[in-house]
Amino acid sequence: MNIGAPHRAARPGAFTRFSAMFVKEFIQLRRDRVTFATMIMIPLLQIILFGFAINTTPTNLPAAVLMQEHNDITRSVLAALRNTSYFRFVIEAESEAEMDHLIRSGEVLFAVEIPAGFERAIRRGDKPAILVVADATDPVASGTALAALQGTIERSLERDRVIPPNREDVQPFEFRQHRRYNPAGVTRLNIVPGLLGTILTMTMLIFTALSVTREVERGTMESLLAMPISPLELMLGKITPYIFAGAIQAAIIFGCGWFIFSVPLEGDPLLLIGLTLLFITTNLSIGYSFSTVAGNQLQAIQMTFMFFLPSILLSGFMFPFAGMPRWAQWIGEALPMTHYLRIVRGIMLKGASLPDLYREAGLLLLLMLIAMTIAILRFRRTLD
Amino acid sequence: MNGNGAGEYVIDVEGLTKRFGGRAVVHDLTMQVRRGEIYGFLGPNGSGKTTTIRMLCGLLTPDGGRGTCLGYDILTQADLIKPRVGYMTQRFSLYEDLSIRENLEFVARIYGLDKPREAAAEAIEQLGLKGRENQLAGQLSGGWKQRLALGACILPGPDLLLLDEPTAGVDPQARRDFWNEIHGLAADGLTVLVSTHYMDEAERCTRIAYIAYGELLSHGTVEEVIEKAQLATWTVSGPDLHRLAQKLMETDGIDMVAPFGSSLHVSGRDEKRLKAAIRPFQASSEYRWSPSEPTLEDVFIDLMQQSRDNFAEEAVSGGTLS
Ligand SMILES: Nc1ncnc2c1ncn2[C@@H]1O[C@H](COP(=O)(O)OP(=O)(O)OP(=O)(O)O)[C@@H](O)[C@H]1O
Ligand SMILES: [Mg+2]
Repeated sequence: MNIGAPHRAARPGAFTRFSAMFVKEFIQLRRDRVTFATMIMIPLLQIILFGFAINTTPTNLPAAVLMQEHNDITRSVLAALRNTSYFRFVIEAESEAEMDHLIRSGEVLFAVEIPAGFERAIRRGDKPAILVVADATDPVASGTALAALQGTIERSLERDRVIPPNREDVQPFEFRQHRRYNPAGVTRLNIVPGLLGTILTMTMLIFTALSVTREVERGTMESLLAMPISPLELMLGKITPYIFAGAIQAAIIFGCGWFIFSVPLEGDPLLLIGLTLLFITTNLSIGYSFSTVAGNQLQAIQMTFMFFLPSILLSGFMFPFAGMPRWAQWIGEALPMTHYLRIVRGIMLKGASLPDLYREAGLLLLLMLIAMTIAILRFRRTLD
Repeated sequence: MNGNGAGEYVIDVEGLTKRFGGRAVVHDLTMQVRRGEIYGFLGPNGSGKTTTIRMLCGLLTPDGGRGTCLGYDILTQADLIKPRVGYMTQRFSLYEDLSIRENLEFVARIYGLDKPREAAAEAIEQLGLKGRENQLAGQLSGGWKQRLALGACILPGPDLLLLDEPTAGVDPQARRDFWNEIHGLAADGLTVLVSTHYMDEAERCTRIAYIAYGELLSHGTVEEVIEKAQLATWTVSGPDLHRLAQKLMETDGIDMVAPFGSSLHVSGRDEKRLKAAIRPFQASSEYRWSPSEPTLEDVFIDLMQQSRDNFAEEAVSGGTLS
């Protein structure tokens, strides 16, 4: 018996070895029913639970008001605020100090300050400033409410004929949000970009974080290491099938965002797809590098969660990035999700194009290359 | 050193040493395997056979020593060795969640065969697995797994096979088939290093090496190994051999007592002292004594006991020193 000898290749190429690994990984991915089911269920469940839970319009948010001037107009504004379902004006504050305290202690999520001389200034067209302080710890809720606030006040002033209706984009007053909180970018529409980043981060990391440790634990690594395949070929062969898996997930989330939540897509869909694939590959590379560092599958999963948590907290998904302390921003900059959120928000909501996103895309690429380099360097080519 | 295995020796290593946590698991091992040879690698559990094989194919880095495999330096040219070596691991290490065909195609692709599908299909036919090619490897019986693993090793057409206990848990008929295949491959010029615990398999090897506690204790053809041991052996049969064996073991001049079928093999390294030692037992008419040739197994058991004694002594002296 001399199996295969007639087929012996003169010069086996890197591509055939890569494709060997690719085909094998693809089969294993397909065969692993549980993983495959999770891959479909995680995005579906999350988008539905989170999407509906977070997207239902927040109502009765506790709020305080500080009236520096009492007259018909300010009373009318207050009445209008009370009539919206967004706020529940629990307290009328007596001073700015009291207002600050109410916010800081968490008794109210919002405080609206109507300045002294508001009526006169508005009649003269001086654009007086209404100050709104918002507790941004629940940015989704506060963002929605804030968006409603300005319209509510405007409509009440129109109704009282303080300002003319059908103004052409001239703001009768300035709506100033407290500097420390920046909920402006946080609206209902950010849920889809946020979920996209979160789900892709979590599932992509786990897929590849287990790939090397699994071979070690099942004992297949011994054969694999004795075969003529380089760490680079191995890595690329292991990562690539999951790019498809990630693309399916992304498509599911986009689809839900589009059909269920009517999220707009202002920018170029191809750019969004391209950068999403880059983000997927970056996460897969990071997961793979965990896999080369971790001693077993449990460790790999733990490392994944260690990475996942800051991705949620510090990427600008949970809390506005600009509102974070400097150190947290630095950590955030090292997380792919931070850049991806900016990319998705930019493309979907603001219609950003590639020149606007060079920096974010470049940093994603850089993070990917760093992860791949670590993985190659850390890959143990022997059983020592 | 340009290796195409052109030299006389396919494996030529000197002073190989491997330590795990300060303990030398393989110690100063020197061995040579010639082209086309079937080289048997024997030794008790934990003696360092697997470790040695792993060092030969670049899976472990030796802590000491040097050598070549197929003419390539085992320390620096593992990448050149791997494509030409088929390594069959002791524990099944193909993918249990891939089918037989998928496993073989994977191997064929990794080694860059021209037509991986065709190569795998041919292998399936030759392995006698036709009709079962879509069965998952994990569902195969132990013996069939071994067959598949061997098939996967041979598939890329290697120049050297490293087989780590390829017939463990395989039935006698399958074992015989297996060895016929091995001999066929060797006749075609393939070199085979095979570790085993079976004496009958050792006797089918061109040459053998015996390793215990990481030390190579003896090597050569089976006849040479037996000859070198200088063992004198008597066979004794009779009632209650178990009790007799215990008494014999405590007797000076008797180095080894081992059951042999329904009788005992009693051996000593010094023929005269052995004769003197068994004389009192021969007086009893219950037992029948006859001089006989030592078997390979007698030699191995003796070698192992000898080295265990040395090992224990070292450990004891080490213990009193510290
Ligand atoms: N990775 C490792 N780390 C620590 N010790 C190890 C490692 N691998 C092997 N050993 C030890 O080295 C010794 C030799 O092991 P090895 O597997 O080479 O023996 P073997 O001759 O193949 O035994 P067997 O016949 O049971 O297969 C054993 O004592 C084992 O415990
Ligand atoms: Mg072993």
